Amino acid sequence: MDLITPGTGLIFWQLFGFLGLLFILIKFAWKPMLAALDERESSINNALKAAETARNEMANLKAENEKLLADARLERDTILKKAQDVSVKMIDDAKNEAIKAGALMIENAKAVIETEKKAALADVKNQVAELSLDITEKLLRKNLSDDKSQKDLVDGFIKELKLN
Amino acid sequence: MKRKILALSLLISAFLLVFNSSTFASEQEEDKTSFIMHHVKDSHEWHLVTLGHTHVTLPLPVIVYSGDRGLEFFKSSDFQNHETHAFGEEYGHEGYFIDEHDHLGRADGAGFVEFSITKNVVMLFIVLIVVAWLALSAASFYKKNGAIAPRGAAAIIEPIVIFVRDDIAKESIGPQYKRFVPYLITLFLFVWFGNLLGLIPGAANMTGNIAVTLVLATLTFIITNVNGNKDYWKHVFMTPGVPPLMLLIIVPVEIIGLFTKPFALMVRLFVAITAGHIVILGFIALAFIFESYTIGIASTLMVTFINLIELLVATIQAYVFTLFSAMYIGSAVAEHAHADH
Repeated sequence: MDLITPGTGLIFWQLFGFLGLLFILIKFAWKPMLAALDERESSINNALKAAETARNEMANLKAENEKLLADARLERDTILKKAQDVSVKMIDDAKNEAIKAGALMIENAKAVIETEKKAALADVKNQVAELSLDITEKLLRKNLSDDKSQKDLVDGFIKELKLN
Repeated sequence: MKRKILALSLLISAFLLVFNSSTFASEQEEDKTSFIMHHVKDSHEWHLVTLGHTHVTLPLPVIVYSGDRGLEFFKSSDFQNHETHAFGEEYGHEGYFIDEHDHLGRADGAGFVEFSITKNVVMLFIVLIVVAWLALSAASFYKKNGAIAPRGAAAIIEPIVIFVRDDIAKESIGPQYKRFVPYLITLFLFVWFGNLLGLIPGAANMTGNIAVTLVLATLTFIITNVNGNKDYWKHVFMTPGVPPLMLLIIVPVEIIGLFTKPFALMVRLFVAITAGHIVILGFIALAFIFESYTIGIASTLMVTFINLIELLVATIQAYVFTLFSAMYIGSAVAEHAHADH
């Protein structure tokens, strides 16, 4: 057995041994194994991709939620502002109305008072005129008789007046 | 720490070599180192150990086919002296003999073909069984469990499969790599486990045998040339960009190149593994040559160190053999082989 002369026996066994190993392993080991590896790699890739899309979706959802929230906040603010404005306006209106109504009532009262006053004055005037007329009439009646009776009459009237 | 041990053992061996030079010129020097070549070469028997004068050997089948006598089976122990276990022409058996150089011969000089189960063939069977068992148990894991994280044999084989597929086949062959992955994985595992198991003390130097590397290189050669595409053959016979007259020189060179590639594959693995075995045994032989304990300790340290290197070499050579096979196949199937020269 020389070092650099290949022996026929070893060549024969090596050739058929190795080819046999190759055949068996290709059929029963490498084919299922490489297929399983491919399958696993693709499933890992798919899982990673799915996770990525889920993450993106989550981010989108979050952004959407935030947008919704911001919108809602904005709307709430505007509504509140509007309500405030309305209430301020309402109070103002009410105040103005009240002032107007008060002024009107005062005006009316004033007018009524004036009318009443005028009526009262007219009444007083009438009464004074009537009284003067009465007095004048009575004076005139007594003057016709004597001075004393005239004087008595006036005194009597004055007394009457005082009692009133 | 490792460096210190290495430096120390180197120093001790160099020192003692000088002081013991008188014992170097021993008459029986040939006997003391002959076991190295005996181990490195193939043999008809598996010599396990010698206890005193008792040789413990595993006799192996000797299978011969000859035109006139047909297929014949013998035992290697039929051809040797039962006391000394030495082979020799004088211990012939049924017309055949094994000479002192472990060659099978026929007494009448007629032609025959040998198919003996030699030491390396047994080693080959062991490697085949180990590789097949590992690969098949790994494959059965996937069959049972589907595409989940690997455990057991699958955890050993899977990284190798992925490494060969992604870093060797895909890198060197290109888009058509898938067809060649099974061959390359089998090649890698066979060479790697052959190298590793060969390092076990008492094991055979199987991947360091030229017949084994010849067959592997030939398979790569066949696969390369069977799959050679138009570009590949055009590159060989009508090398682009070369003046017509120069083709007279270039074409023969290219044709020789077809054969030198697998030849380099064959020689590289054979030399690397055989040299490693010789170096380890050489250091062991130092202890027998000098018959000194100190040399023994120093050479044992060296043997340990070289063994560690050999573990690395075993892996590198398996990688290199597979990588170059892939590159040769890649050059044959590449769409524009001439573009990358």
